[in-house]
Amino acid sequence: MTIQPRPSPDPKTVARKVRRDLAVRRTGRFGMWLSPFVVYLFLWVPIIVLVVFSFNDGNSVSVWRGFTTRWYENIFHGTISAGTEAARFQTELLLKALRNSLLVATVATLISSALGTMLSLALARGRFWGRKTLDTLFYLPVVIPDITQGIALAVFFNIVFETVQRLFGVRLVSGFGTIVIAHVAFNVSYVAIVVRARLAGMDPRLEEAGRDLGANHWQTFWRITFPNLLPGVMAGALLAFTLSLDDFVITFFNSGVGTTTLPLFVYGMLKQRVPPEINAISTLMILASIILVGGSLLLQQRGNRDKG
Amino acid sequence: MTRGKVRGDRARAVGMALPATFWLVVFFLLPLVFVAFSSFMSRGPGGQPVSPATLAQYERTFTVFGPVLWRSVGVALFATFISLVLGYPLAFFISRRRSPATRMFLLFLVMLPFWTNFLVRTYALITIMQRDGLLNGLFKSLGVISAPLQMLFTPAAVMVGLVYGYLPFMILPIYASVEALDRRYVEAANDLGANDWTAFWRIIFPLTLPGVIAGSILVFIPAIGAYVTPDLMGGTRGLMIGNLIQGQFGGRGNVPLGSAISMVLLAMVFISVLVYTRWGQREE
Repeated sequence: MTIQPRPSPDPKTVARKVRRDLAVRRTGRFGMWLSPFVVYLFLWVPIIVLVVFSFNDGNSVSVWRGFTTRWYENIFHGTISAGTEAARFQTELLLKALRNSLLVATVATLISSALGTMLSLALARGRFWGRKTLDTLFYLPVVIPDITQGIALAVFFNIVFETVQRLFGVRLVSGFGTIVIAHVAFNVSYVAIVVRARLAGMDPRLEEAGRDLGANHWQTFWRITFPNLLPGVMAGALLAFTLSLDDFVITFFNSGVGTTTLPLFVYGMLKQRVPPEINAISTLMILASIILVGGSLLLQQRGNRDKG
Repeated sequence: MTRGKVRGDRARAVGMALPATFWLVVFFLLPLVFVAFSSFMSRGPGGQPVSPATLAQYERTFTVFGPVLWRSVGVALFATFISLVLGYPLAFFISRRRSPATRMFLLFLVMLPFWTNFLVRTYALITIMQRDGLLNGLFKSLGVISAPLQMLFTPAAVMVGLVYGYLPFMILPIYASVEALDRRYVEAANDLGANDWTAFWRIIFPLTLPGVIAGSILVFIPAIGAYVTPDLMGGTRGLMIGNLIQGQFGGRGNVPLGSAISMVLLAMVFISVLVYTRWGQREE
């Protein structure tokens, strides 16, 4: 086989190709520069409008009628929607929902952090039968839609409550307990995943060194493993706390009658009569999440700096 | 290591795994098993599952609710596609910034809206899109429309809501895979005469495909199981699978039918997970 020399290209075609390629490059550059504007506008304009109109002196969410802080004052003075008796009731419901949310999130976070950390340690360090299956099982709550988890748990609690009533004559109802159980069930996985990532980056020689120097398991864990793991545990706990505060769907199906959390309260407002204070309430919630996430990021950064 | 020590280690590991495993099995797996069983039962007078066993619920799911089912798949797929079209260039843009601080800040700007309560974000979008909202006002003052557009309570509104809700899930994995891309491949392609278009489709896109697939699955799964977005933005024309399931629980419901629809939803999610584990992970 002989190799044919390539016919030297016609300079005109070359020039055309170069011009076309440069046009392609310019278009690509332009598209790449355009994308942040489009996406950031899309992500941020609704939130900024919401915050701005929380200071709007008027009920409209689209026509500006001057600056006011009265919606915030209404919230803090307990007089949502113009100081009637119903307003006081609404404010009380809001505060109660906030208290419930914080309480549920705190208890669920404590339980799921402890269980999730133990689980990830067992999965990372232990060798035992069924470890692989467990590994798959604990990823499931992350992928399965919350609506499915929510209704499955509701069906389950229903059956358990009926059985308990038939056998013992005790009538159980959904409420605080069922919400916490449900939240722990989805939070454990998230905590385990975050802690595991931290464990993977940890030098196993540290623990070996501890043991070589005569520390027993208990001492090795509390003096070496746990302090090194702590940033991961804190990050996992904060994630669990945020997810718990944010959850609507699973709580919705397992809350029963008496217990309202903040997302359930907001949903109720959106579904029934939207009070003018809703923008102010939403703004406060956005502010709270920024503080929470900012705190968690700072914590993680400090953890990384400690690591090296 | 002595045999006794190994056994001790194993016992300790099992003991540590036990509480979480118990919780997951009892409050997660068992309820799902109940739903699976209930989906093969008949409807009792109060909507509860009773014997005899039947496949009727699945039949109803695909016949009566078939249109909603396929529309949900369509809406979720389209939302995923739009997220990809919006997210890929942005992920690329962010990864091309020189200073790590700028990259962190740009990623932070993507994440921050994502960390605010989902209901609050959906409400924010609703206020923009409603009849007397900002968008209609803008269009009117620009002279694009004469009468306000009805944007809410349509399948398109649900799609916008889903993209708004899950876009960061698309951006982050794509960012990770573009970041890991070896630029020398692109340079080599350019040297060999490929223009940017060819280099992108023949080199960059195939190499970042795992990120694209991961992002797409991460958007598609919550989108197909969405409940809040279609409930608040969809009206009756924008209902999705999640709303069908919810409708079968509570008063005048049909628990076995709701269970069957849930199982179909689960099947769709598992298919997506299979796609992810097959093609969405970088080969080590």
